[in-house]
Formats: sequence, C-alpha cells, structure tokens
Amino acid sequence: MSASVIIFYIIAAFILVTAILSVTTVKIFRSAIWLLFSLIGVAALYFWMNVPFIASVQIIVYVGGIVVLIIFSIFLTQKAGDAMPKPVRSRAIWSALAVIFGIAFTCNIIKQYKFIEPGNKNFDVHINDIGIQMLSTTDYGFVLPFEVVSILLLAAMVGCIVIAMKNKTEQK
Amino acid sequence: MNNHINIALIPLLPLASFVILGLFGRKYIKTFSGVIGVGSLLISALLSLQTAYQYFFVDGKLNGVYQKVIAFKYTWLSFSDSVSIDMGALLDPISVMMLVLVTFVSLMVHIFSLGYMKGEERYSTYYAFLGLFTFSMLGLVLSTNIFQIYMFWELVGVSSFLLIGYYFDKPSAVAASKKAFIVTRFADLGFLIGILVLSFQAHTLDFQTLIDTLSKPQTIGSFMGVSILTWGLTLVFMGGAGKSAMFPLHIWLPDAMEGPTPVSALIHAATMVVAGVYLVARLFPVFSVDEAALTIVTYVGLISALFAAVIACTQTDIKRVLAYSTMSQIGYMMFALGVSKYNGEEGLGFMGSMFHLFTHAFFKSLLFLCAGAVIHLVHSNEMKDMGGLRKYMPLTNAAFLIACLAIAGVPPFAGFFSKEEILLAAFHSNKLVYGVALFTSGLTAFYMFRLYFSIFWNKEAHLHGEHHGEGSFAMKLPLVLLAILSVGAGFIPFASFVTADGAALETHIDYAFSAAPVFFGVTGILLAAYLYKTENARPQNIANTFGGLYQSAYKKFYIDEIYLFITKKIVFNCIGRPAAWIDKNIINGTINLFGNTTVKLSESVKTIQSGKVQSYALYFISGALLLAALIIYAL
Amino acid sequence: MSQIPLTHILFLSTALFFIGVYGLLTRRNMITMLMAIELILNSVNINFIAFNKYLYPEKLNGIFFSIFIITIAAAEAAVAIAIIINLYRSHHSVDAEDASELKY
Repeated sequence: MSASVIIFYIIAAFILVTAILSVTTVKIFRSAIWLLFSLIGVAALYFWMNVPFIASVQIIVYVGGIVVLIIFSIFLTQKAGDAMPKPVRSRAIWSALAVIFGIAFTCNIIKQYKFIEPGNKNFDVHINDIGIQMLSTTDYGFVLPFEVVSILLLAAMVGCIVIAMKNKTEQK
Repeated sequence: MNNHINIALIPLLPLASFVILGLFGRKYIKTFSGVIGVGSLLISALLSLQTAYQYFFVDGKLNGVYQKVIAFKYTWLSFSDSVSIDMGALLDPISVMMLVLVTFVSLMVHIFSLGYMKGEERYSTYYAFLGLFTFSMLGLVLSTNIFQIYMFWELVGVSSFLLIGYYFDKPSAVAASKKAFIVTRFADLGFLIGILVLSFQAHTLDFQTLIDTLSKPQTIGSFMGVSILTWGLTLVFMGGAGKSAMFPLHIWLPDAMEGPTPVSALIHAATMVVAGVYLVARLFPVFSVDEAALTIVTYVGLISALFAAVIACTQTDIKRVLAYSTMSQIGYMMFALGVSKYNGEEGLGFMGSMFHLFTHAFFKSLLFLCAGAVIHLVHSNEMKDMGGLRKYMPLTNAAFLIACLAIAGVPPFAGFFSKEEILLAAFHSNKLVYGVALFTSGLTAFYMFRLYFSIFWNKEAHLHGEHHGEGSFAMKLPLVLLAILSVGAGFIPFASFVTADGAALETHIDYAFSAAPVFFGVTGILLAAYLYKTENARPQNIANTFGGLYQSAYKKFYIDEIYLFITKKIVFNCIGRPAAWIDKNIINGTINLFGNTTVKLSESVKTIQSGKVQSYALYFISGALLLAALIIYAL
Repeated sequence: MSQIPLTHILFLSTALFFIGVYGLLTRRNMITMLMAIELILNSVNINFIAFNKYLYPEKLNGIFFSIFIITIAAAEAAVAIAIIINLYRSHHSVDAEDASELKY
C-alpha cells in the first residue's frame, strides 16, 4: 500500500466527513465552515489527481468566492450563532432512505460496470495546453463555450443586481 | 316551364324584404319599411298572377288534364338514392291557386297595415315579420317534398308566433303567442311522425313519388288493428288540424287574436290556418284510398264547423267571433274534403273545398280588415263599445255587409257558390253531414249578422271627441278590392281549373237544391236582424232562457279548462312530477356522486401540492431513482 | 501512477453527491440548501476529472467541463443568493417551508 493510496483514502474520508457535517450541523455558520473544508478537500483531491490547475481554480472560485459569498449572505439574513430549525422528521427519514438507496444502487452499478482503461498513459496536464485549447478556434477548441460562458456571467451579474435591488416603488 | 326564375322570385322577394327590414329596418329605413314590404309583395303578386295565367291558360294542361309541374328542384340533403330532402317549386292547380291567394291577400294586408300600423314603434319589425310569414307560406304552398312542407310549416308557425306576440309588452299577447306555438307544435309532432310513417312506407320524401306509391292499392301492415297508412295519414292530419284550428286543437286560434288585426286577417283567416286543408288536399290522392282517414277528416271538420258556429253566437269580442267563424268555415273545407272522392264527378267535394278556401280567404280577410278599421276607430274589441257606426264609416259598413252576405251564402255573393258545392257534395255522400252543414250555415248567417248589426246598427253611436273616420286611403283600398272579389269570386268557373284529378268538372247551379241553404241563411239573417238591429232586451231574454247552454257556449264549452286540467293536473302531476323527481334525485344524484367523489379524491390528492419545494425535490429524486432501478433491473 | 481504481473515486463522488442530495432535501434554510447544491456540483466535477484522468488521459475535455461547471456554479451561486436576499426581504425568512405560497 503506497503513500498515494493512503493519501487518497485520507482525502476521501476528509471530504465525506466534512460534507456530512456540513449538511447536518445545526448552526449555519459552522455549516458554512464545514463546507469550506469539504471544498478544500476536493481541491486536495484534484492535487492528488495531478491536476493542479483545477485545484487552484477550485480554491480560488469556491473557497475564495462562493463560500465567502455564502458567508456574506448568512450575515445579511440571520444571526449566525442561532440553531437552525430541525428538518421535518418524516421528510428527513424518507430522504435518508432515498439517499441510502441511491448510494447503494449507484455503487452497485459502478461496481458492475467494466471500465476499459487504456494502458499506462501519462496524465500530464500543462496549463498552457489548457490555455491554447481553451482559446483555439480549430476543432476541439473551446472558444465558443468560453465566450458563451462569459456572456452568461455578465447576464448573471446583471440579473443579480436586478433581483436583489430594492424596488423603487416599494420604498415609497 | 322556362320561367322558373319568376317562380323562385315569388317567395324570395318577401324573404328579401324580411332580411332587409330585419337588418336595417329599425335604424335606417324605418319610414320606408312599409313601402319596401308593399313593393316586394306587389312584384310577388304580379309574378304569381303571371304564373297562374301561364299555368292555367298556356302550358299547364295536357290532354285536358292539369299536370303537376316541377318548376325547379334541387336536392338539399341526400340520404340515399330515393330518400332526399329537396327544395323546389311544384305547380299544380291548388298550389297555383294558393300562390295567387297568398300573395294577393298578403298584399292587401301589407297595404292596409300602411295605415293601420302607422306610428308603431316596431313598424319595420312588423313588416319584416310579415315578409317572413309570406315567404314561409309561399314556400309551404310550393313544396315539392314532404319534408320541405314540414320545414316551411314550422317557419309559418314561427312567424305566426312572432306576429301574435307582436305586442310583447302585453302579457295576454305573450301568453297567446306561446299557446299558439305550443299547441301547433304539439300537433306538428304528430305531423312529423306521420311524415316518417308515410315516407317509410313509400321509401321517399318526394311528394309525387310518395303519392304515386301510396295511392296504389297495396298490402300494408297494420298496427293496433288499424292499417299503417291510416295511422300515417291520421297523424299527418293531426298536424293539419293543429294549424287549421280543428277541434280539439282549436284553442289557440281565438287567443291568437291578440296580434294586430291585419295579421289576423292574413294568418288566422286567409292563409296559415288553411294550411291544414291544403295539406290534406295535397295528399288527397292518398287520403282518397283510405276510407278510415277520410272519415276522421269528415267528422273532425264537421264537429269543428258546428261547434265553432255555436260558440261564435255567444262571443262578444268581435275578433273572437271572426276567429270562431274562421274555424267553422275551415271545418266546412275539411269535411268537404272528407266526403269527396278522387275521380270525376265524385271529386266535387275536393273542388268545393278548394273553392271555398279561395272565396273564404277574400271575404274573411275583408271581415278582419273591416274589424281592424272598426277597432282602429273605437279602440276596443268589445261589441258593447260599438253600435251605430254606419254613419261614421259608410265604406266599411258596405264592405262588411258584402262580406257577411258572402259568408252567409246569399246569392250571388262568392260564398254562396262555394258553399253550394260543398253542400251538394255532402248531400250526395252523407245525409247526416249534409244536415249538420245546413244547420251550421244557418248559424253562420245568424252570428255574422249579429256581429254586423251589433257593430253598425243597434244603439246610437256615441263617439266623442276627435276621431279619424275610416282611416287613410291605404286602409280603404284593400277593403274595396276585397269587397269586389267577395262579390265576384263566385263567378270564376273554378271547377274547370281546380279539381282533384286535374280534369275539368262540369258544375251547374241547381236552384231547387240551393233553396234550402239560402232559406236557412236568410232565416238566420232575419233572426239576427230581429234580435240585434235595434237595442232591445230580446237577446238577453233568450240568453237567460237557454241559461246553461248559453253559458257553456260563452265559455267556449270549457275546452280551455279541460286542457288546463289535463296539462296541469294530469300531465304535470302524473308525468311531470315523477320525471322531475327522477331527474332531481336519481340522475342528478348520480352526477353528484361522481362530482363529490372527484372532489373528495382531489382533496386528498392535493396535499401533495404542498408548495414545499423540498417535498417536490424528494418526490422527484425518489421517482428518478425508482425509475432508474426499474429500467436497469426489471427490464 | 497510483493504484487507486477508478471505481473508488466514483464511490467517493457518489457518496458526496448523495450527501448533497440529503442536504438539499432536509435543510430548511435556503443558504444551506445552496451549500448542498455546491456539494453536488463538486461531486460531478470529481467525476469529470476522474474520467479524464483514467479513461482518456491524452485529452483535456473533462478538465474543460469542470472549468465551465465551476464558472457556472459561481454564477448560479450569485443568482441564488440574490434570490434568497430578495425572498428574505419579502418574507423576512429564508426558510423554504415559509415560502410555500405556490400551492393548491
């Protein structure tokens, strides 16, 4: 058992535990922090999978952006220290059942499926390859989705402002 | 015949007048409505005169027998090769005769209404309805197909309904129009069934084929001991009896007098009410082979004639008297058809009936128009409000007298000739019928002159204030024209034109025979003169002497009450109530059960739609998982 | 190269996905529901990267997909938070149970 294997299991355990804590803790701020850890764990997994670029994007966008945004909105909408209302009991039970069934079912399928792995090819990602392909206009270039996503982001930005803006008539 | 466009125009012109006046009359051309109506009818009348001339004198005859000519016909609804509903125009002696009659009387009424209805709020509507009626009546007369006649029959009923209810702000008029519509509708139910029976037997709806098929001697099934043919004809006759106000379906006619008087003259005296007679005449070849149906026609006609005459003697509303007199005269026409045979000399009754229909239309519409003029003057329908009017309206007086003489059968007025033929036919066929008819003719003379003397003689007139005499030229002209016809129509050699089989018939006046009816008529007149010429207590004394009889005749023999009893007490209670109960409790209950079950079910189901988004997500995810599992493992 | 088989990574992402689903279904606070959604998205990202790494090491498509998913997740989070804030303004609550007007 190599170090790499051990590290994977540690990372996996970390991700799952923090994720479970994140969806079950009663205090919302703690929940956000557990989420933060979980996302960092995922970033670590990306490092382990030898894709440092995605790992860094994960940290920048999720950890640095989304979680901060979430924390802001927590502060905007409620008292961070209060315990959150308990989930509806019956729904919690049914959800747990559905989720357990889902995990078992999916894992079963994954186990049965025979993945064909192509020998021993190196998975070596260079950032400049990503950059070139991202902006390439030839086959397998991703410039079109890139531009579309940029427009999407712009639209989302404008949309957020419009949605969150206080209505003028409301103020009167 | 190549002038079928002209024939098509005869009914279509009044229709056009109806459409134009109905659409634009009230707003745009109100003052011209009358002119438009009269104009269209004038052209129609001229066209039908031309058609009649063409038919009777130029090309209707083949080997001395008038043919049935189909001027035009197109198939409207085709069910099978032989069964179809056609629209067309059939020319034969009676339809051509009716064509002239209807357009002429309608024209007279249109002209008269120019004066009579002047200043009415719904003046143009009135003319529109008159146009509709004339169109329907002409369509009825020209029908080539038994279903076409049924459709126009109903249209005539509708226009009659509309015109009776013309003063719709008067409750009695509304009630009368409803009564007329329902009673005739009820009768038409029989007509419809009769049509179905006959057309089922003959496998066609076309008149000519139907008549040809059914008038042949044949073996035909029977139902409840009576042959199917008799059933069919009796049911058809029921429709005719309803329209023609035959006993016991006559109850609507007196009430129909709520309509404007010119309408009564047109619809309820001259044209629509004789539709029943026309129908029987149209199917006469079939009737003539069925003894039982003819007997029914005879006795219904006879009873109506006598019954109505007796009632007419006691009524005080002048229009009602005329209404009962109409009923009585139509009874004459009916039994004349009933005693007739199809061929040759024995077809005298048919010819007499048609002749009487023809002359009656003139003098009866004249009577109604005179009554209209009188009512126009005194603003009342009651005899007691009248009397001594001869000074105020000499022309009306003369016209009324002529019409009364005509209806009483005094020679040489028109009614004498036609009644003569009928009585002769009855005499040769059935002595009982003859006796009753003779007595009725005496009664007719009596009540008509009772009416005449009560209006124009009797007490001195006491009209005070302004009055407008006899009315305008428009109201006088029809009276004069109709009076001329009432005198002269009898001299038309009718028998050589209109007979059952189309061949000319030799008639002659048998003076010895006509002595009896004339004697009865004159007796009636003299009796009326004795009782009513001057104001006296004699009528009252007689009424008291005959107490019960007088009362029951005055109350129209309680027929209306019997109807009310049957409908309200028996039909409503024994059929209506249980039906309503079943409808309310069983049928409605079943529907409610379904409804309530659905409501309950949805009440319980709707909680799923809780508005809680996480529940939805749970359903969605569980469902997706189950489906996936189902697809992967089960299939 | 590690000896971890692809399936184990997939197990991990499955577990993460369903943990996210559980959170989405049970958490009543909308912000925490949003967090659960982030978890779900992350599990998908892991899948993409893993497939890329194990099955098609010579290509970069999985990586691109993850990048775009991350981008869109950012946009989604922003919009979601705007909606939450707006909802808070109108209901004075971010409890999903309270925003249940849209029902029978």
